[in-house]
Amino acid sequence: MLAVDLAILCVGLFLALALAAIVASGKPAASTFIYVAAIVPCGLVGIIGLTVLLGGVEVSKAVLPIGLPWLGAHFRLDALSAFFLFIIGLGGAITSLYAIGYGRHEHEPHRVLPFYPAFLGAMVLVVLADDAFSFLLSWEVMSLLSWALVLAHHRKAGTQKAAYVYLVMAGFGTMSLLLAFGLLVGGEGGYDFETIRAGVRSPVAAAIILSLMLLGAGSKAGLAPLHVWLPLAHPAAPSHVSALMSGVMTKVALYGFIRVVFDLLGPLEWWMSPVVILLGAATAVLGIFNAMMENDIKRALAYSTIENIGVIFAALGLALAFRANGMVAEAALAFTAALFHIFNHMIFKSLLFMGAGSVLNATGLRDLDGLGGLIHRMPVTGLLVLIGVTAISALPPLNGFASEWLIFQSILTSPNLPQSGLQIIVPATGALLALAAALAAACFVRLYGVGFLGRPRSDAARDALEVDRFSLGAMIILAAICVLAGVFPGIFLDAFAPAVTLMLDGRVPMQADQPWLTLVPMAESRSTYNGLLVLVFVAFSAIVSAWAVHRFASRRVRRSPAWDCGFPNADPLTQYGAGSFAQPVRRVLGTILLRAREEVLMPPPGDMSPARHTVHVKDLIWDGIYAQISWAINTVATRMNRLQFLTIRRYLSLVMMSLVLLLLALTIWN
Amino acid sequence: MDRLAFDMAHLLAGGLVLVSFMMIYQDRLYALLNVFALHAVVLSMSVAWQAWIQDAPHLYITAGIALVFKALIIPGALHRIIQRLGIHREVENVVGVGPTMLAGMGLVSLSIVLMLRLTEVADAFAREDLAFSLSVLLLGLLMMITRRNAVSQVVGFMSLENGLILAATGAKGMPLVVEISVAFSVLIAFIVIGVFLFRIRERFDSVDISALDDFRGDKK
Repeated sequence: MLAVDLAILCVGLFLALALAAIVASGKPAASTFIYVAAIVPCGLVGIIGLTVLLGGVEVSKAVLPIGLPWLGAHFRLDALSAFFLFIIGLGGAITSLYAIGYGRHEHEPHRVLPFYPAFLGAMVLVVLADDAFSFLLSWEVMSLLSWALVLAHHRKAGTQKAAYVYLVMAGFGTMSLLLAFGLLVGGEGGYDFETIRAGVRSPVAAAIILSLMLLGAGSKAGLAPLHVWLPLAHPAAPSHVSALMSGVMTKVALYGFIRVVFDLLGPLEWWMSPVVILLGAATAVLGIFNAMMENDIKRALAYSTIENIGVIFAALGLALAFRANGMVAEAALAFTAALFHIFNHMIFKSLLFMGAGSVLNATGLRDLDGLGGLIHRMPVTGLLVLIGVTAISALPPLNGFASEWLIFQSILTSPNLPQSGLQIIVPATGALLALAAALAAACFVRLYGVGFLGRPRSDAARDALEVDRFSLGAMIILAAICVLAGVFPGIFLDAFAPAVTLMLDGRVPMQADQPWLTLVPMAESRSTYNGLLVLVFVAFSAIVSAWAVHRFASRRVRRSPAWDCGFPNADPLTQYGAGSFAQPVRRVLGTILLRAREEVLMPPPGDMSPARHTVHVKDLIWDGIYAQISWAINTVATRMNRLQFLTIRRYLSLVMMSLVLLLLALTIWN
Repeated sequence: MDRLAFDMAHLLAGGLVLVSFMMIYQDRLYALLNVFALHAVVLSMSVAWQAWIQDAPHLYITAGIALVFKALIIPGALHRIIQRLGIHREVENVVGVGPTMLAGMGLVSLSIVLMLRLTEVADAFAREDLAFSLSVLLLGLLMMITRRNAVSQVVGFMSLENGLILAATGAKGMPLVVEISVAFSVLIAFIVIGVFLFRIRERFDSVDISALDDFRGDKK
């Protein structure tokens, strides 16, 4: 049995599970059963992906007699698909494990259970699709199923708006993809990817296709300014679904972008790459800045996803720039870094969303200003989330650092690029990405510091209880992978190498050959990184300083209020809060990016009411683009209303006018 | 023979356009019906001529249908309708005759310029036929939008349909089934419209379609 057939069989299993969920709807054990059962096909998919990746490039194909009658549905499993199958399988399996525990708290499980396995299956199909029709169909099915999952808590305020915005954005994205594939296919109508791959396109057509892909895949992945649905939809969905959407579905969107731009489109001119690079860098800064301002944990995580998608897009743009100049080793480095970051982001973002879900379950709160002190009540979750935030802040020796380090390594090779434009743009991008990384660290210090440290700000946070074993187990696995991929990044790079070779005909040096598990990004490299060494150093210095402190300081255990700032025993609200932590950054950048304005309302003398300090922020992208578009559509639609009430003769005249106009256009055009 | 065939086809098709102009000019209903009957006669002659030169006997059937239904039955029936409705004295003008004629000329020149340029590869018969039939079609549409009376709108619609038949017979190899079905659809449309005319009349005591607009609460 071919690997691809096995993968399609897994999709069938997912669909069967979805049907079973419909049948078992209402049964108390349904939730546990579905999530336990979903681990099996997820694990299978992950194993298939990993086997194909490790076993070298073994391409297998399948054609199913469904879909368009003369076309059938083509499926293919190559190294790139295998990499993303691995992502989906691993992410899906761990999320399902988490959901065994988390799903018990669901009030209306029948709104989640049927869609969850089907959503996983649709993502697998997107990655396997080998013709435009099946690709677009599975993409759309994936969008619709995730929409249904976002709408699961439809009675909560804001959910319906979130789902609506998501649906509109998904529709827009699919339309862009449709146009992109229309251009790719051209007039001949060969819809399978093999024909498309063989086609030749003019640079202008290629540029248009690239822009359409940026719109289509970018809107699903969360590229600014198409990211607006993420901070709405991720908080609205149940947490395990958020983990899946943020960790895995955005990656499937990236798969679509990579498949078309690197594989199907053929060679691109160098001047198209700066668009991707700059969009990515701008997205990264904008995303993390918004995350820094956000008080809602899940919204902050959604914005952080936008940042990471931006980083990945910047790396992909770099790979495009290097490839256009024939610099295979550099291109392979940037592309490997992108793939590694895709993997890493899937791991730590899932971990953080699960952590947020656990906090939500334990306290019922998502607002940072209601949390605090959770590390005492939920020590294991606290430790695991700490690993997650360390990883996502790109601190060594964890995996986030390894992949971002690789991206910066590839940025540092930019002086070798022949075009002076790129020589300026790429280092500037490096500066933007460094800013994003620094802001990310600040953002997650804030998230963790306000959420888990200090004293509880509400009764709910004070009475929080540790979550169940399944949730903890899932998070422990993810945290372990974070450490593993950070300390031994070479193993992962070697595993992902076939996908890189398939796309770029080159790869980073074999990491297994390097002594002492050192990470060597390029053959004639100036810099190397050794995660193990850093881990040993971190552990050693930490132990030594702990020993020194305990040896030379008083051994007596002292307990004192945390963060009391000179006000012991005061109200917990006197602590440093989420708003206070964000204030410096908001004052520096927020006046430009958010039009932030602070207003102090002092009551007149004699008035006993308290003084008030309010911050007004605006979402420039929402107000500047989306509100305008919606206003324009409303205005036009209102005007068009009058067309409903014309006389018969006017209707006939309209028909005649349009006919004559078209004929005239035809005459002039000829 | 070939030259003559072409000239005759040209003459008959051109005659159809001319009669269309005459219809636009007529603003009295009886006269309009007579011109419409003439229109149908010219059409059936044109179709018969095509049948002769294309050696396609089934086109004679089309010509016969056109002659019987459109030159005799439909005008006769409309005649009776007008009599029964008592509107034979009505003069109707939404747009003046002059502007309408000018617009008609513009449409004819547009269709000729367009068709002659588009069909350079087709044979001469089809080119002329298509150009003229598009003209007839547009003139019929023009008539529908410049008239207020429902009866003259029916006539405009019928003449539009005549243009379609002219185009269909000009192109060789048009199957008989299509022509017959077109003819029947026209007949059915006629019946439906006839019924509606009486219904409108019953309700509003007029077949002036502005009565319908009044009923909907629109301003004239």
